[in-house]
Amino acid sequence: MDETGAGGPVMKVIGLHSAVLTAIVAIALALAGSADVSGRTAPRPRVGSKVEYCMDCHGPSGQGYHGYLIMPRLAGQTPEYFESQLRAFAERTRERALFINMSRVHGMSPDMRASLAAQFRGFNPSPFGGGPRHLVATGRQIFQEGAPEANVPACAACHGPDAQGEGPNARLAGQLFPYTVKELKNWTSERGSGGQAGIMAPIARALTEQQIVAIAAYLSYLK
Amino acid sequence: MRFMRLSIAIVALVASAVASPAGDSIRNCTWCHGTSAQGFGSAPRLAGQRPPYIENQLLSFFVHARDNPLSAQYMWAAAEGLNGETAHELAMYFSMLPPEPAMDGNKQLIDIGRLIYEEGSPESDLVACAACHGPNGEGVRQIPRLAGLSYSYLKRRLEEWGEGYHAGAEPPMPGIASKLYPQEIEALASFLSFVP
Repeated sequence: MDETGAGGPVMKVIGLHSAVLTAIVAIALALAGSADVSGRTAPRPRVGSKVEYCMDCHGPSGQGYHGYLIMPRLAGQTPEYFESQLRAFAERTRERALFINMSRVHGMSPDMRASLAAQFRGFNPSPFGGGPRHLVATGRQIFQEGAPEANVPACAACHGPDAQGEGPNARLAGQLFPYTVKELKNWTSERGSGGQAGIMAPIARALTEQQIVAIAAYLSYLK
Repeated sequence: MRFMRLSIAIVALVASAVASPAGDSIRNCTWCHGTSAQGFGSAPRLAGQRPPYIENQLLSFFVHARDNPLSAQYMWAAAEGLNGETAHELAMYFSMLPPEPAMDGNKQLIDIGRLIYEEGSPESDLVACAACHGPNGEGVRQIPRLAGLSYSYLKRRLEEWGEGYHAGAEPPMPGIASKLYPQEIEALASFLSFVP
């Protein structure tokens, strides 16, 4: 406060005037639905709420969740694989016989699929681990060298040396242990003959249960 | 003769449970939760509940993480004297009691409730309860059994999460419950109260 009072009342009036103007602009912007100064309105946050919807089942940052159903890790997934699976659920070529209506809960527009794929690509939470540790070394060997006696090629050849995935070949690093086991043991009954079945179905059939568990254990710890 | 031996065995089992170190605690619980732990008034049924869920809730009362009004008023004090071992024994004991469905919801809303339970509402970004809680509301691991819990208890929990109260351990429920419309809460709570 100016003790001399020389510029007192005039300064206060100008200050008040600016404050009122600022308030009017702020209220106008708020009423316009967060329009910026050029008048454009921000898009409705549909992708944001859809991401939350996915995470309600698939876990914070898409790390996966062990519910009654094992909801797989989505974080860091390749966009091409991510979108292809959403399409497969919607078109009922994947997991038709389940107590959840998978087609309905995963139904959305192609644009939304692409947006979600881009979002989850950017998440990188730590993996749960949880697979039997004593089988990790065996799992790593099969992943990197295959199982020649069973005519099984190295997983790394398609899924990448660190299981990061490539295009339509899924990222496997950090995938939930029980989920990987389930997919390899039930490839055909869950995914039919579409997608990569031509390559994956014979591999899944050729692998022994012990080998499947070992691979899944290795992947469950991979960052 | 075989029936007599069976009833003696059951009496011995129950007697040993009540006489064990957890026995006093069991009596304290049944004071509010009912002698057969089916629930009474606002205290929910404990019979047949998932053991890890009961343990987590007892811990959440102990550390005051679960903070809805009735929990704060009654359960914070009730859980104060419990150690981990007693909590575990209590959880195992109650989980083995056969649950009876409350059947106190609105019968007219059962079909709508079932639809929400099994499919959620993808248009409203609401997930299907069944994915985590199971096709028959039985729960799994630390995810609670919902089947047969009382309408008034389920309704209150779902409303309280929408009002900002915290869950014991699991992150998803408050966010999920916040998306429910009042009519959906009524339908879900009604449907679940009738599931055996």
